[in-house]
Parts: sequence; C-alpha cells; structure tokens
Amino acid sequence: MSVTVKIPTQLRSLTSEAAEVPARGATVADLIGDLEESYPGIAERLLAGPGELRRFVNLYLDGEDVRFLSGLGTEVPAGATVAIIPAVAGG
Amino acid sequence: MTTPPAGTLLAEPQAGVNVDHLVCRECARTYGVSAQHVCGFCFGPLEAAYDYERIAATVSREEIAAGPESIWRYAALLPEVGGGRVDIGAGWTQLREAPRLAAELGLRKVWLKSDAANPTHSFKDRVVSVALSAARAFGFEVAACASTGNLANAVAAHAAATGLRSVVFIPASLEPAKIAATSVYGGTVVAIDGSYDDVNRICAELAGDRDWAFVNMNLRPYYAEGSKTLAFEIAEQLGWRTPDAVVVPIASGSLLTKVAKGFRELHKVGLLDEQPSVAINGGQAEGCSPVAAAFAAGERDVRPVKPATIAKSLAIGNPADGPYALDEVRGSGGAIATVPESEVADGIRLLARTEGVFTETAGGVTVSALERLVREGTISPDDETVVLITGIGLKTLDALGDPAPTITSAPSTDQVEQLLEEVLS
Repeated sequence: MSVTVKIPTQLRSLTSEAAEVPARGATVADLIGDLEESYPGIAERLLAGPGELRRFVNLYLDGEDVRFLSGLGTEVPAGATVAIIPAVAGG
Repeated sequence: MTTPPAGTLLAEPQAGVNVDHLVCRECARTYGVSAQHVCGFCFGPLEAAYDYERIAATVSREEIAAGPESIWRYAALLPEVGGGRVDIGAGWTQLREAPRLAAELGLRKVWLKSDAANPTHSFKDRVVSVALSAARAFGFEVAACASTGNLANAVAAHAAATGLRSVVFIPASLEPAKIAATSVYGGTVVAIDGSYDDVNRICAELAGDRDWAFVNMNLRPYYAEGSKTLAFEIAEQLGWRTPDAVVVPIASGSLLTKVAKGFRELHKVGLLDEQPSVAINGGQAEGCSPVAAAFAAGERDVRPVKPATIAKSLAIGNPADGPYALDEVRGSGGAIATVPESEVADGIRLLARTEGVFTETAGGVTVSALERLVREGTISPDDETVVLITGIGLKTLDALGDPAPTITSAPSTDQVEQLLEEVLS
C-alpha cells in the first residue's frame, strides 16, 4: 500500500530536500506514523496533538482536503498521492 | 533568526526600509525580510514587524497630508523593502456620507468607503501595490496570484505598468467581466476547472518551487499589510478620529483583520490621540459562510466549506485568516452577519437606489449585512458607521439577472406618452 507524499519546502530539511517521498499506511494517521519513522521530527510539525492536525497544515488526498473526508482516519488507497500544503494562502 | 528555505530571494538590507523582520503569528519565531509567508516550524502565517517607537518619532499628520494621493502617503506604516514603489494610484478613495441609506436603515450617520474608484475598481489595488513594490525589490520577474477575480485584475494591471510578466490563476467559473478585465493587460490567465480553494492549493504547491512573486502566497506578509490603508484613510478623512463601527466583507478574513490592525497602529505611533474603540463587523453570503458559522457557534476554529455563492469574490471555503477575523470581531464587540443568497442583489439595489453607488456582489453582501446588524441591534442607531464598498458593480452584472427596461415602446411619441402615463401614475 505504497503512496506518494508531496513534501512542502518548509519540511524538506527533514527529507534531505526530497520533494516527494514514498510512505505506507492504511489511513492518513498511519501514513504520518510511517513518515515519522523514516523522517524523525516530521509528525511534530504536522500534528498539534494526538489525532489532531495543526491548524495551518492542510493534507490533500488526491486533491481532496482530508478535513472533508474522515480527517486523520481517512483511508488511503494504494497508489494515491497525499500532498502536505501550508494552509496560509490566498485571500 | 531562522534561515529561509533555499530558493528564497532575499532583499539586501537597506536604509529607509521600515519593516524590521517577519514574525510568526502563532509561535513568534522570527525571519529575515524575505519572500516567504509560512513559519518553517509550525506553518503559521508570517507578518511584517515594525519598530513602532522609531516610526512614532518621525511620522506626523502634516507629513502624511503633504504625501502622495495614494496609499503611499502612509509609507511609514507599510512594509517597504526598498527599490522603488509600484504606484498607479491605488488608494485615497472617497469617504462619503450616505444620508439616504442612513435614513432608510434608521441610522444617525453612515459613511461609504468606496474603493470602486481604484485603478482596477476594487480594494485589491491597495494590496497589490504593496506586494509588487516588494516583488521588484526582491528581484522577481513574474507576478502571480490565486484570485477570485478582483485580485487577478489588480495583479495583471500593476504588472503591466511595471514591466513584470504576470501569471494569474482563477476558477474557470468566474464572471466573464472579471476574466476580460484581466486578460486585456496581456498577461497569462490560467483558469482552473474547480473552486477558488482548488486554485489556492495548486498555487500553494507551485509557489514552493518557482521563483515567482505570488502576491498572496510568498509575498503575503507584504501584500496583506496594504489593506491597513483603508483604516488609515478612514481615520484621516474623518479628521483623525475613528468611527463607532465598520462593516467589512469577509472572504479570507485578511481585509477585516488588517483594518482592525490599522486603527490600532495609528494610536501606537501617535497619529490618533485616543485608543480606538471601533466595533469590527463582518458579513458573508450564506452560500460560503464558514467564518460567520464559527462566530454563531462560538467556535474559534473555522470549518472549511464548499462554496456555492453568487458573491464569487467572497467564495473562499477555507479562509486562512478566519480565526484571526473571529478574534478581531469578538474582541471589539462586533458581529458577523450571514446574508441569504437572495438578499445579495437586494443589497446592491438598496445602495444604488439610495446613494447612486453601484457595487459588486461583495458590496451587496456588506450592505445587507449592515441592514441585518442594525435590525439585530449589534449596530445601534447612534453608531457612526463606515461601510467598506470594496468593488464595482459592472464586474458582476450577472447577479442582477436579465436587464429589463421599465418601458419598451415602438418609435411613437404617442405610445411613449401612453406607457409613461401607465407607469408613472
């Protein structure tokens, strides 16, 4: 169940500057757990607390904001793309 | 000081630059004066930070009065990076009394701050003038944005007048007038078959990897500050005092937040004698009202929605500054009105009929919001109120339906007279 995770510039210091990395997980929460194992420190940057995304972090599963799906419990199909994108934009 | 990510263009520090650094609103980490808008640690928004004591020592009402008739008369309180201003006349728009609207609503005194008079006919010229001035100082060659329409107009026009290339991104469903009033300037217009929030997401991804000046992404700390000039002008035009209340349309929440900040700053640097006490009120159309819903529910977090509103310039379902707008409204004793979709055009017509001002759908929302806030008692009859009319009606003609003449007649004077008799009697 490998998926592609797009990493924003703000987090690339943790991924050796990689803009895309592979990760595994049945749900978005599992995916973040898997990312944390490969890139220690990344979970703290994404989560405000257990089970809660930081307010200014948006996660998109194949272009859809996971807040419109089931949040961190959203199931992630194999081959999907998950993009981590700063929420502060626009207006 | 945290090092900005690779690929960020940095300004050379220079004399006369009045923005000291950028600071994260959430975790207070600081960054150098550079083209970035997101805290590298917590993803919070970066804001321009000033040395107010230094500004207070030099700024004066007289110096402002002698300055240009544009937003740049307030340069002391704008994040100028250096390298020349992009000024095609944004700002210093009319603040006019609206006695007939006031009478209709039972209010003592209402003022209209009418930004339809800006170069591209909306308040977005203010923010773009600041953003592209910074863009030039940072050495960018391409100006870009995610837009609900008015911003696209402003970016394309200011870029053209400055010799920058422009690439603007819009939802494909935008009003034809807004598309025409962008493409005429000769830049690149990218229509995305999706919502503004989709456009925003795509631009946020592109902005990370391109050396383009995305005015409301990597230049957002500079851009957003331009909205403060609405507060500055209102205070100066009232004779250096503040009104009891303002009514501001809400899309991302940035405009409302910065208007509130603007009033406070005037007092901080000594331009206002007293601490301002302005009730900051907002309005959203029902089809896209995530901030109004959070206000009504007493929540601080804004739950994103999928917009379905006639007020396309306010159709931001995931408003970046929503939480801060809520803080400003609650902290000032204001409120946020939800305007039913059917009342947006009513607001446009009410303003046109009473004051001879033709505003766009966002202005219709604002006028209808004012009406509701008065009816609900949030704004009382004695409150001197300023209504922000942020754009012109000619860009959103669709909202008024098919234009039908009152009378259609054969080319016969007799028939015209007969029909006039029927209509006017």
